[in-house]
Amino acid sequence: MKKHTISISVENKFGALNRIVGLFSARGYNIDSISVGTSEDDTVARVTIVSKGDDDVIEQIIKQLNKLIDVTKVVDLTYESYVERELVLVKVAANRNSRTEIMQISEIFRSKVIDISPRSVTIEATGSEQKVSALVKMLEPFGIKEIARTGRVALKREFEGAV
Amino acid sequence: MSTNELTGAEILVKSLIEENVEYIFGYPGGAVIGVYDAMHDMSHIQHILTRHEQGAVHAAEGYAKATGKVGVVVVTSGPGATNTVTGIADAYMDSVPIVVFTGQVATHLIGNDAFQEADIIGITRSITKHNFLVKNVGELAWTIKAAFHIASTGRPGPVVVDMPKDVMASKTTFVYPKEIKMRGYHPFYFGHMGQINKAVEIINASHKPVLYVGGGVVNSNASNELVNLAKKLNAPVAMTLMGLGAYPGDDELSMGMLGMHGTWYSNKAVDECDCLVAIGSRFDDRVTGNPATFSPNSKKIHIDIDPSAISKNVKVDVPIVGDVRHVLERLTPLVQPLDTKDWLKQIDGWKREHPLRYENGPEIRAQYIIEKIYELTKGEAIVTSDVGQNQMWTAQFYKFKNPRSNITSGGLGTMGFSFPASVGAAFGVKDRPVFSINGDGGIQMNIQELTTAVGNKLPIKIVILDNGYLGMVRQWQDLFYKKRYTHVSLGTNPDFAKIAEAFGAAGFVSDKADDVVPILKKALKINDRPVVIDFRTTEEDNVYPMIPSGGTFAQIMDYPKSVEEIQMAKAHSEAVK
Ligand SMILES: Cc1ncc(C[n+]2csc(CCOP(=O)(O)OP(=O)(O)O)c2C)c(N)n1
Ligand SMILES: [Mg+2]
Repeated sequence: MKKHTISISVENKFGALNRIVGLFSARGYNIDSISVGTSEDDTVARVTIVSKGDDDVIEQIIKQLNKLIDVTKVVDLTYESYVERELVLVKVAANRNSRTEIMQISEIFRSKVIDISPRSVTIEATGSEQKVSALVKMLEPFGIKEIARTGRVALKREFEGAV
Repeated sequence: MSTNELTGAEILVKSLIEENVEYIFGYPGGAVIGVYDAMHDMSHIQHILTRHEQGAVHAAEGYAKATGKVGVVVVTSGPGATNTVTGIADAYMDSVPIVVFTGQVATHLIGNDAFQEADIIGITRSITKHNFLVKNVGELAWTIKAAFHIASTGRPGPVVVDMPKDVMASKTTFVYPKEIKMRGYHPFYFGHMGQINKAVEIINASHKPVLYVGGGVVNSNASNELVNLAKKLNAPVAMTLMGLGAYPGDDELSMGMLGMHGTWYSNKAVDECDCLVAIGSRFDDRVTGNPATFSPNSKKIHIDIDPSAISKNVKVDVPIVGDVRHVLERLTPLVQPLDTKDWLKQIDGWKREHPLRYENGPEIRAQYIIEKIYELTKGEAIVTSDVGQNQMWTAQFYKFKNPRSNITSGGLGTMGFSFPASVGAAFGVKDRPVFSINGDGGIQMNIQELTTAVGNKLPIKIVILDNGYLGMVRQWQDLFYKKRYTHVSLGTNPDFAKIAEAFGAAGFVSDKADDVVPILKKALKINDRPVVIDFRTTEEDNVYPMIPSGGTFAQIMDYPKSVEEIQMAKAHSEAVK
């Protein structure tokens, strides 16, 4: 089963997000992550859903999403060239001995320390899902106190091969 | 404030007139009392007070199925709204165009657990094609227009419009939009010519074609186009439960219904065919049984307006997304007449060896009743059926000649559907007899609508196939649970004929086969009120043929006695007489 990143444009109005989420639960489709926000057009919200499924399940998901009246566009980015990012906040246990090492790891991942206390360090990282997961793995041995992840957001690339 | 401003309630009534609505099926209450006030002097539209909101929705469905127009329901908030849920789910599964207007508490109370508040938008989200909460009166007219547009176009379906009390009381100028544009809704599909050409190639190369026809043909009013295709190809036609009537059931190319309780020969033909053209049907599990072994030797073509119906259950060779009528109009001129003489001969042999059959006796067989209703009405009546054995026997033995005559709950299988649906159908169609076939279980689920039918002098023939059991469940317990009958006996049934009389309808009762035709004839002469006919039928009778759920054609159970055995038994009993 492959992971698919599906980008959905939906009327930015009351209940529209519920229709999308409700469709996934009513039909037993899985959601790995979901992120929602307004788009360039403030009457349209962009929802990015990462879902796992066999090809025919994903095909059904896309068709069912297209059937929703409030949905204006559905793109399975998996078959396109696209850029994706996820933002994560990690609160790691830290003390005098470990703090420096944690901050070095954070630097290697080009992430930022945004809060610090005698017993913890909070790091903000963005990047692909893999990068974020790798960072979290590296921090695990220190003791992770809390994590908040936004889930993936993604856009189609404008030019093939652009950075 | 200009004088030509109208309240939301008045706008609703005016908009319904703009939509050429003839009937509102409804039930008032606190949240819609203003709306009902606006209906006080309403012209053009008749409000039909049902006796339960579920009855109102099924009536709207029956009206919509019989006429092709949008059925309209108005109910109050809270319990009024929740009582519509089964009907809405039913309309969703069977693609029936209805618009249900629900009252709602005032906007400032929404979310406060106010008196008679229910989140009907949340509740019906997954059982509507779309739903709307009207947040201010300025968007009301547009919303009503959109609701009718969505309900009636593309793959039709139910739409709910939730109307808070304060919105319906506030005022604005009324302009009914002429046209409506929604950037996320583009329901008109014209089949892709490239796909149509691929289908033509497969059809032209076939020797043993079958047309597998569903309710989509009825919804797109494509019966004539279907007949043209079948006649040009000389291809036999198998119909789903919802497709019955799409092709004339008495035509020689008709094989009747297919699927779990379909005819032996239609299932055999589908099993053996080399080309299966699915037209407005959706490879439902009641048709396919095990999808992996369904019609194993055929190339499959699937014509449907709903892209999500394609390849959902069975992979097909050529999908054509489009309105059935448009696609058939383009496909038929391109196909060649096929030489199907041998194929049709083979099917005729199967029809002779494995017909639908039963043995009539002094006891009334349900099959006999349906057959006689068919003969007396020449297949031209509108017949609603309920769910259970009565539904299957109606589907098998009433050979529907016309589309929009077979009205039944296919997808959801809603007991209690038949009778209120017949009420709606009787309002929609006045020039043909309307029969409502029921089980003794199902009739008790919406029997209150007798008041509605009597009050409006609807001459519906309400036939109860009274076997004293929840017959279809009993049949499954008989066949698959070692005859351990568990809570399926309806031994304490009321006297339905007396109930009828108490409501002001005519009532008949009999348990003798010889009475069936005379009673039906008497009933057909009664034109000023409904007639309830309680036919006490054979108690433990099973519907055959039957392919067990999820099974294959090889597992089909035909009627236990052969044609010859039945003939011999008949000859014997006549000799004894
Ligand atoms: C609302 C509802 N409840 C339960 C069922 C399950 N069910 C399907 S058929 C059936 C028996 C129906 O009995 P009856 O109305 O007497 O019809 P018969 O099968 O005897 O013709 C039942 C209980 C259903 N389809 N709908
Ligand atoms: Mg019964």
